[in-house]
This record gives sequence, structure tokens and C-alpha cells, in this order.
Amino acid sequence: MNWPFRRRPKPAGPRSMRRSFVTPEGVDLQLELGSAGSRAAAFLFDSLIIVVTLVAFTIAVATLLSAGEAEVLMILWLLGFFVLRNGWFSLFEMGGRGATPGKRLLGLRVVARDGARLTGGAVIARNAMREIEVFLPLSFLGEQAAQGTADAFLTLFALLWSGIFLFFPLFNRDRLRVGDLIAGTWVVRTVNSKLGADLVAAAERPRRTFSEAALGLYGVYELQTLEDVLRNGREDSIATVARTIRHKAGIEEEGDDLGFLSDYYAALCARLESGLMVGRRRENKYSEPVRSGGRVRI
Amino acid sequence: MTVQTSAIPTSAILEARPALVNATRFRAAHQDDWERLDGLLTRIEKRSIRALPEEDLLALPLLYRTTLSSLSVARDTSLDRSLIVYLEQLCTRAYFQIYGVQTSAWRQIGRFFARGWPEAVQALWRETLVCVLLTAASAVVAYLLVRGDPSWFFGIIPEGLAGGRDPSASTESLRATLYDRQEKMLATFATFLFTHNSQIAIFSFALGFAFAVPTVLLIAYNGLMLGAFFAVFAAKGLGWNLAGWLMIHGTTEIFAICLSGAAGLRIGTAIAFPGRETRTEAAVRAGRSAAVAMAGTVIMLAVAGLLEGIGRQTVIDDTSRFLIGGGALAGWLLYFYLPRGRTAR
Repeated sequence: MNWPFRRRPKPAGPRSMRRSFVTPEGVDLQLELGSAGSRAAAFLFDSLIIVVTLVAFTIAVATLLSAGEAEVLMILWLLGFFVLRNGWFSLFEMGGRGATPGKRLLGLRVVARDGARLTGGAVIARNAMREIEVFLPLSFLGEQAAQGTADAFLTLFALLWSGIFLFFPLFNRDRLRVGDLIAGTWVVRTVNSKLGADLVAAAERPRRTFSEAALGLYGVYELQTLEDVLRNGREDSIATVARTIRHKAGIEEEGDDLGFLSDYYAALCARLESGLMVGRRRENKYSEPVRSGGRVRI
Repeated sequence: MTVQTSAIPTSAILEARPALVNATRFRAAHQDDWERLDGLLTRIEKRSIRALPEEDLLALPLLYRTTLSSLSVARDTSLDRSLIVYLEQLCTRAYFQIYGVQTSAWRQIGRFFARGWPEAVQALWRETLVCVLLTAASAVVAYLLVRGDPSWFFGIIPEGLAGGRDPSASTESLRATLYDRQEKMLATFATFLFTHNSQIAIFSFALGFAFAVPTVLLIAYNGLMLGAFFAVFAAKGLGWNLAGWLMIHGTTEIFAICLSGAAGLRIGTAIAFPGRETRTEAAVRAGRSAAVAMAGTVIMLAVAGLLEGIGRQTVIDDTSRFLIGGGALAGWLLYFYLPRGRTAR
């Protein structure tokens, strides 16, 4: 958790969107934050629904208005407008899914940063802040459009000032809106993946064996890249990878690329896992095995 | 789980066929549990937690813990990324269903009225006092200014809002604005007042983020308008009557505006002066409780809208107006500040 105004040393390496999120059982779930783009898209989608609903609602009220019952319709319209504008986000996020329809579509969810239950107060706080994030710049824009060039400088200043709130998520590491900051929430991606098939158990046939030198070429990073290649199953990439590995390990070409890679994957995985068991984890092909808890051996 | 050391030559793996890598063993042992949890979660996510039969509901936490420990073990012993990613998302989804789920809507509403709202308002007492004093002070300033020089009135009140109620108006026309009945569209008027004022309350809460300065201005301006109108009516000897006209709904409405201003003030001061906490912690604590108070002011403004739109138009007797307004204020004060026994939340 950071506050954008406080200077901190920049983290080394590429900026990741994964954040640690420790459950009461003490396991780190490693949530992935929603990107600024997907959040903007979700917001636009929600706004679109709100605007379309409002327009349809207004047209319906206007046509019925001529038929009589004016008072009830006017009240309905006023209340409907108010609830849609202020309640749409809050009411959906207070529900069990913690997401508006737009967020669900984009696979996002609002979560309390401390891992506790998302309270009604937090949801109201984060959405009331939309008043200054969205409606304030909009009203300044509208004012300028209405008055022409009445006071261009003042309008520019007002736009800049309110723009700070609008673009706030881009200025901090955790992509927090002003509302998220006040409410102690953040927006995370909801992943819903299926369990891929077991690559190693698949083959019921004699496997190829590999020399120590051939298996010593790669580390965990390369193993998992190989896993991706095998799971994607694209023939050209399988052929390329097989050629590279054969070339490096000095193994002769024998035609069956997929079978070769599957066997190599199984053998490499088994070898690296046996290393894990005794506390040696080899991250990638450049690194020497690291003893957990110890120093890097050079 | 058999431990293989790297000393064993790689060809030996060929013979150890049933347990080539950890992921295989692991999947064989636990996959049924994971798939059952996956199925339960999908059903909850598609419909709701109520869709589950009791036996599945009881199994849910157990399956969650099993899967969580599977994830820990898999991270340390297995290199099958697909397996780890699958377990991570499964645990995350289960976590949100088990820890993140809200209590029922009625329970939440009940708690809000019983404890949440009054406690949030009590926590804001200092800021509320500041807002009330600020309103009063600005009203006095505006009153003195306009009494001294009526042209100030036009500097404070926009023409549209004055609606003829300015220093040049006659006593009769001013009296008429206080007591004339408007028969038509009373309820619409009440609704309009409610939505308009609520929007301002939410806005003043949100503006608190800009170090509370705009909120303070909003509250002060509210007071100025109050004072300016008083000056106009008092000059014609209608001060008491205006007080009644304002009291009937104003006690509720001005109190609500002060509370929403206090909520904004709280956020602004928490960010500017976080004290011992970090700035983020202070902002979150202030934000969550102030938001509850702010949500409450929307309810107060609904009441004020009813009193203003309907009550004021039908009750035109000054004493009744004072009684209703005073009663409402006493009611709010008792509700918010009456000490309650502290129980565990």
C-alpha cells in the first residue's frame, strides 16, 4: 500500500500487477490487479447502460406524461434518475459479487485491501467519490460549452484541477482511484481457469532418456515456457523448440517432435522437482541452483 | 511422497513410472476435492449461496482449506504451472465466497439503523460542531452585511434563487411567499428538493478529498444565503415568520447539510493531518465511517423534502411549524447522541 505523495525507492525489475493478499490461514493468494484500461472499459460500459436506461426511461415518461398521471410519473422520473446516478455502482458492488455488470463483463471485482469483508460504508465511500472524479470535470466541460469562451483561463484551471482526480489511478502503483484510496479497496481481476491436462501422465509408452548434460541445460523458467508450448499445441512452435533443444543438447533428429518434447518436459520436470525436494531451485538457464535459505552459489 | 535426489541417474526415472513428477501424484490424490469445490463455487457464482443444499454448504469451508493447503504444497513442490494457476484461482474464488460475502440486505439495513448510522454521526461530533458554528457565523455575517447595505444581497443570492424575495420587495409579497398555499405538484416539489439536496450532500462529502476547502466554502455559502434572506425579511418585521417557515424542514435539512459537510471535513483533515497513522490508514478509517454518516444524510434529506414539500405547504400556522421543526430536531439529536451500551459488533 502506498500513498502517491510519498517518495519510495522504485522496485527493481518489471512492475508487476500481482499483489500479495494473505488469507487468515496464512496463505498468500497473489491477487492480480485490474489494469487501468479494463477498469476504464468497465466504467464506460456501466455509464453506457446508465445513459441508455435514462434516455429510454425519459422517453417512456414523456410519452406517458401526455396521457395523464403527471405527478406520479414526475416523481418516478426524479427518483429513478437519482437512484441510477448514485445507486447503480453502490448497489451492485454491495451484492455478493462485488462488481457492477461492467466489471463482471471485464472480469473485475472490488475487494477490501486488508482482506476483510467489503463493508457497505466502503462501497458508498468509493462511489460517492465519483462525484469529483467524473461529474466535476463533466460539469466544468458543460459549463464551458454553455458559456462559450466566458472565462477560458478559469475553465482550464478547473479542468486541470478536476483532471487530477480523474487520472489519479495512473499516478500510483496500485491503480487506486480516489474512491479506492478513501474506501480502502482495490479492484482485482477475477480469474476463472480450468485445470489443464497432466502433461506427464499422458503417455503410456516407453519414454526417451536424456543425459545429465541435456537435462542440465534449463531451469524452471524454460520448463514453464515449454509447458506453455506443449499446452498450446501449435505445430510450428513445437518444431522450433524441438529443433533448438536438440541442437543444444546434441541429440539427433528423429521425426517425432511432440513425443520428444513431452518426454524432455517430463524428464526435466522430474529432475528440477527432485532438486526442489532438497532445497535447490534453479530459476532459469543462466542461474546456478539456489539453496533455499542460503546464499547464491557462484 | 518419495524423495528423489539428484544423485539418482535420470534413466532411473524410467522405471519409476507411476510417480514421474509430483503434479501427477498430487492430482491423483486431490483432484476430486478440487473439482467438487470448483463445482460448488460455479453454482454459487451463477446463482447464490442459497442455491446450495446444506450438506454442500458444510463441505465448503473444508474443501476450501484442503485446496488452500494443496496450493501451498504445490507451490513448493510442483513445477506444473497450470496446476498452480488453477489452484490459485480456485482458492481466491472460494475465499471471496467464504470471507467476502455480505450478510443479508435486511440484516445490513437493520444494523445501519441500530448502530452504524448513530455511531458514525457520533464519531463526527467535532466536525459537525465546526460546520454548525460555521453556518451560524456566516449567517450572522451575511445578516449584518445586508442590514447595513441591502445591495450586498445581490452579491450573495443569485437572481434565480431570490424569486422576487429581495430588499426591494413589499411586505405583502414577502408575506405571501411564506404563507401562500401551492396546491399543485406538492409531491413532485418534495421529490425535487430531496434529490437536489442529496446530490449536494454527496458532492460536499466528495469534495472533502480536496483537503476539505471546497466543503468549507459550500457550508459557508449555505450560511450566507440563510443570513441574507433573514436580513430581507427581518427588515420588514417578518423575521419570526421566516424562522417558522424555515424551521419546519430547516432543522432537519440544515442539520443534514452540516453532517455531510462534517463527513467531507473529516476526510480532508484525515488526509492533511493523519496523526500517528499513515496517511492511507487515516484516509480509509475516516472515509469508511464518514460514508456511513453521509448515506444517512440522504435519508434525513428525504424527510426534510417531505416536510418542506408537503408539511410546509399544508401547515401554515407559525406555532405548529415551530413545534414540528423543533420536534424533528430533538428527535434527531436523541437518535444520534443518546448514549448506547457498547456491545461487540
